[in-house]
Amino acid sequence: MNAEQILFILFGAVSLIGAVAVISFRHPIYSALSLVVTFFAQAGLFLLLGAHFVAAVQVIVYAGAIMVLFLFVIMLLNLGTLSVKGAIGGKLKGFAIILGILLAIEGIYIATNVLNNTAIASAQPATAAPNTTTYDIGELLFSKYLLPFEVTSLILLAALIGVIVLVKRSSNDSI
Amino acid sequence: MELQYYLILSALLFTTGVIGVLVRRNAIIIFMCIELMLNAANLAFVAISRSLGEATGQVFVFFVMAVAAAEVAIGLAIIVSVFKHRETINVDEVNSLKG
Repeated sequence: MNAEQILFILFGAVSLIGAVAVISFRHPIYSALSLVVTFFAQAGLFLLLGAHFVAAVQVIVYAGAIMVLFLFVIMLLNLGTLSVKGAIGGKLKGFAIILGILLAIEGIYIATNVLNNTAIASAQPATAAPNTTTYDIGELLFSKYLLPFEVTSLILLAALIGVIVLVKRSSNDSI
Repeated sequence: MELQYYLILSALLFTTGVIGVLVRRNAIIIFMCIELMLNAANLAFVAISRSLGEATGQVFVFFVMAVAAAEVAIGLAIIVSVFKHRETINVDEVNSLKG
């Protein structure tokens, strides 16, 4: 086993354990902190894949901005006592878990077998591929994918306006 | 590492997110599970981008992240409004639309 395999197993195990912890903790704060652990482990996986810029953005945007927003809302609503009762459950819990296991088996089957006949599998092996730099990503983003990039800015603008409208309306009159 | 191992890990993370959405009743945790699923997709994007040796997959990761950020902002604003109105965020109790 070389260092890359050991690191992959480490980061992969941490991200999976964090993901399971997200759905098994009863208190939302613990779930949010487990999600931060998962995001950091995934940033490590991105580093292993040579995507350094994506790893940095993962930590800054996901673990930084988005999770702070989650924690802020959880603490704002003070959900500690409300959410614990009946947090996990519903009549169809066992059914959901069985369907989830089936979905996992399908995903593993696709990942191992079906991709063998596609262009991805017949491409050059990963060791020959050079690390993609920030320069490569920026060049693609501002030439080939310029239109999606601009549409993304529209999505963010729409989200901004939507949030302002939602919060203003709920503070003026009760819906 | 082989591409397959990353895709298997991505599938397992996605499945964890799906089970979380189905099992949990707290709207905020359902949102976190959606983030888990988006991240699993990101992992598959980056792994395949590495395997093909080009940066296109990583460009898509940025689009996914932008959509996720917009979705979280709006979703949490909706959750705050629902909580102010109903005093709960349990998705079983928020059933005015009789869905």
